[in-house]
Amino acid sequence: MKVKSIFFIICILITLPMHASDNQTRLLEVYKNLRCLVCQGQSIADSNSDFAATIKLVVQDQFNNGKTEEEVYNFLISKYGEWIVYQPTFNKNNFLLWVLPYAVLIFGGFIIFLIVRKTKHKKVN
Amino acid sequence: MKIDITKIIIFCFIAFSLFVFWKGLKNSSNYDTTQLIGSKISNFQLININNDDQYISQEDFKKNKFTLINFFASWCVPCRSEHEYLLNLSNKEIKIVGINFKDKKSNAINFLEELGDPYYFVGEDSNGKVSISFGIYGIPESILINSDLTVIKKIVGPIDQIQYDEILKLIQ
Repeated sequence: MKVKSIFFIICILITLPMHASDNQTRLLEVYKNLRCLVCQGQSIADSNSDFAATIKLVVQDQFNNGKTEEEVYNFLISKYGEWIVYQPTFNKNNFLLWVLPYAVLIFGGFIIFLIVRKTKHKKVN
Repeated sequence: MKIDITKIIIFCFIAFSLFVFWKGLKNSSNYDTTQLIGSKISNFQLININNDDQYISQEDFKKNKFTLINFFASWCVPCRSEHEYLLNLSNKEIKIVGINFKDKKSNAINFLEELGDPYYFVGEDSNGKVSISFGIYGIPESILINSDLTVIKKIVGPIDQIQYDEILKLIQ
């Protein structure tokens, strides 16, 4: 029984730092996707500005209150607009940006298919 | 006449690329806060800088026809230049709330003693987190709201004569 308890405690102690580092990674990912509005081309993660420091505090608070990444982004977008996120959300203004690469890929594939078929036909004839 | 599909595709691709560049150049890449106009302010609560037992929240603004929320700090030089306009506005049909941004309490009190106090309430935002919920990214900034808590105007930077006149026009 004693051995089991010790083993259980050791397992918890091992997983705790892993959990903490997961949170840190998640925070860092969000910081990297947020634009520092008072800096030149820097993300919140890269910037040491006052604004970046405050945004970091707000993001940490929101995560501690159980908010999801999406909710955090939506909150900041509602206050600062789409400009604050590096990866914009899908909307009518940028749908081409999201759809076009896939459309080009499909269209390109179709063209290649046509060319290959044409070449085969020529060889047969 | 035989139509050359390849030429048409290349032409369409070039035309489309030029269109995308043209649209891209037309869009301003500078951050602005115009999207906040017409939106409602978030829920918040702040302690009075002069009295730790007094709080202010968005509910208190519903009593006022118009409220000007001004973000200031004693260390902010442009805040001094807008102060005379705030003092003038405090005599008009508008309530002014000050939010002291990342400042020392004693310095803020000295600042208001020196320049005059245009605010009916001064809230303390020592870590700046409340200011983020108002979409603030630097000070001075001011937000004019109505009794529905809707943002009518947002001023980034110090209030000058032009902004002052615009505020007067909006509250008439």
